[in-house]
Amino acid sequence: MPAVTQIVRLTVNGDLREVGVPMHFTLLEALRYGLGLTGSKQGCDKGDCGACTVILDGRPTLSCITPVFEAEGHAIVTVEGLADVEGPHPLQDAFDLHGAAQCGFCTPGILCSAAVLLEKTTSPSRTEIKEALSGNLCRCTGYSKIYDAVASAGQRLQVEAQLGESGR
Amino acid sequence: MMKDMIPGFELIQPTSIEGALNLLEEYGENGWALAGGMDSLGWFKNRGKRPEAVIDLEGLDALKGIDETADGIEIGALTTLTEIELNPLIRERFWLLAEAASKVASPQIRNAGTLGGNLCQDTRCWYYRYGVSCYRAGGNTCYAAAPEALNREHAIFGASRCVAVSPSDTATALVALDAEMVVRNSSGERVIKAENFFMEPAVDIMRMTVLDPEDLLIKVRIPNTWTGADFYFEKVSDRGSWDFPLVSVALAIKSTGDRIDDARIVCGAVQCIPRRLRNVEAMIRGQGRDEDTAAQAGAMAIQGAKVLNYNHFKIPLMENLVKRAVRG
Ligand SMILES: Cc1cc2nc3c(=O)[nH]c(=O)nc-3n(C[C@H](O)[C@H](O)[C@H](O)COP(=O)(O)OP(=O)(O)OC[C@H]3O[C@@H](n4cnc5c(N)ncnc54)[C@H](O)[C@@H]3O)c2cc1C
Ligand code: SF4
Ligand code: FES
Ligand code: FES
Repeated sequence: MPAVTQIVRLTVNGDLREVGVPMHFTLLEALRYGLGLTGSKQGCDKGDCGACTVILDGRPTLSCITPVFEAEGHAIVTVEGLADVEGPHPLQDAFDLHGAAQCGFCTPGILCSAAVLLEKTTSPSRTEIKEALSGNLCRCTGYSKIYDAVASAGQRLQVEAQLGESGR
Repeated sequence: MMKDMIPGFELIQPTSIEGALNLLEEYGENGWALAGGMDSLGWFKNRGKRPEAVIDLEGLDALKGIDETADGIEIGALTTLTEIELNPLIRERFWLLAEAASKVASPQIRNAGTLGGNLCQDTRCWYYRYGVSCYRAGGNTCYAAAPEALNREHAIFGASRCVAVSPSDTATALVALDAEMVVRNSSGERVIKAENFFMEPAVDIMRMTVLDPEDLLIKVRIPNTWTGADFYFEKVSDRGSWDFPLVSVALAIKSTGDRIDDARIVCGAVQCIPRRLRNVEAMIRGQGRDEDTAAQAGAMAIQGAKVLNYNHFKIPLMENLVKRAVRG
């Protein structure tokens, strides 16, 4: 069957974007090759590594095995959407400070999984951090620095929340 | 064989169960019901399966959610594994299922993967997944049982030409809980015991469940029969997360004091269907829940096991898991 391109409307990082792709594209292919958002990585491309993790309606999701049409009408956040005008996301600063990335290929996916965790709690236990990142493989770091970075980003968010409240 | 890019297909997105059933009937073998896609997309990418039409179930809201009924609960087939893992009612009454769901794959896969997809998923035999023409794919040999084959994941019971196993973690728990599958096609509805839902290769080597191409799994019913029982679930796999079971065990058990009144015990990944250990259940009834009974249960569980080249380890593993489950 010829690949017919259709317009898909995706809400990515708060913007409504239109992208022309064949319906058999995955969400990852639409993000990378349709919208030029290459932050989400194409690792194994079959659900085994987590490098393609994006946040779909607040939940970490593997974009490489999510059909693009399943993402229509849902809110997508990619690693490109974690930072805001104020600067990098606290997780991104913490990964920098802790040396939590080496080759960096796993990092966008890990940041997405970790960002969802920190939305739920800014003081996760080590076990909770491990559980939240159990669907993201890293072949370089040995994970310890990643866990440290997530914990410290959580602490910063807590402090910021306290300062924010007392400043009011 | 070209891999990795999904070939084109016709996408159809019905918005009612009736619409979906009509489409499934119309397309038959050439149609493919798509739930979370966590199993399906692997098949589409390696072109091992190439449906003409993909019938997307996502729009069928009636298949989503968990409801309490007069005598148990009902879980819609499109309910995600994460919802099942976190649902308070399931955790309270049927912890066994919540626990099994929480052990599936990774958080990301549980967020998208559905109960129906988990139960209907295909086997992970990696020869077959690669797209070779083995018995299960309609060919005339089994690559996994060949003399030099790599088969540590494969079956120790019930092989019949095919030695693949059922990979579903929730299946094991649902057979232990005596669940029922509510199945519909355009000519009507039928209810099938979880125990009879899965397909042995001796009966039909090309299917993993009794579902015909035009059938849709609508919901799973769990009766209150085992509410309040003691549960045990353990899954052993090569990695701590994100991995299929090498052997798993699900147990529901009721005791008075130290006496076992009744139990259901099921092992996963040892056979092409969840393996219910009826002989063990009968033997432990009325016995004390202790070391002795546990040892007998373990020994009985592995009777008749048949190994391949590389899966000998599954026998002591299964024995120990059953022992641990019964001992509690
Ligand atoms: C890396 C990886 C690891 C995994 N690890 C595990 C694991 O440890 N344990 C485990 O149990 N599973 C595992 N899985 C398998 C699987 O992805 C999940 O079990 C998931 O639940 C599948 O659900 P889905 O909704 O995504 O299924 P889909 O891919 O949408 O569907 C799977 C099959 O079921 C059929 N189907 C779906 N819904 C229905 C319905 N309502 N009626 C009739 N047919 C239906 C589809 O037609 C298809 O054939 C793993 C998968 C991957 C990719
Ligand atoms: S075990 Fe079954 S699925 Fe695997 S190669 Fe043999 S026949 Fe095919
Ligand atoms: S690229 Fe999606 S899981 Fe590896
Ligand atoms: S930093 Fe290289 S894979 Fe994680």
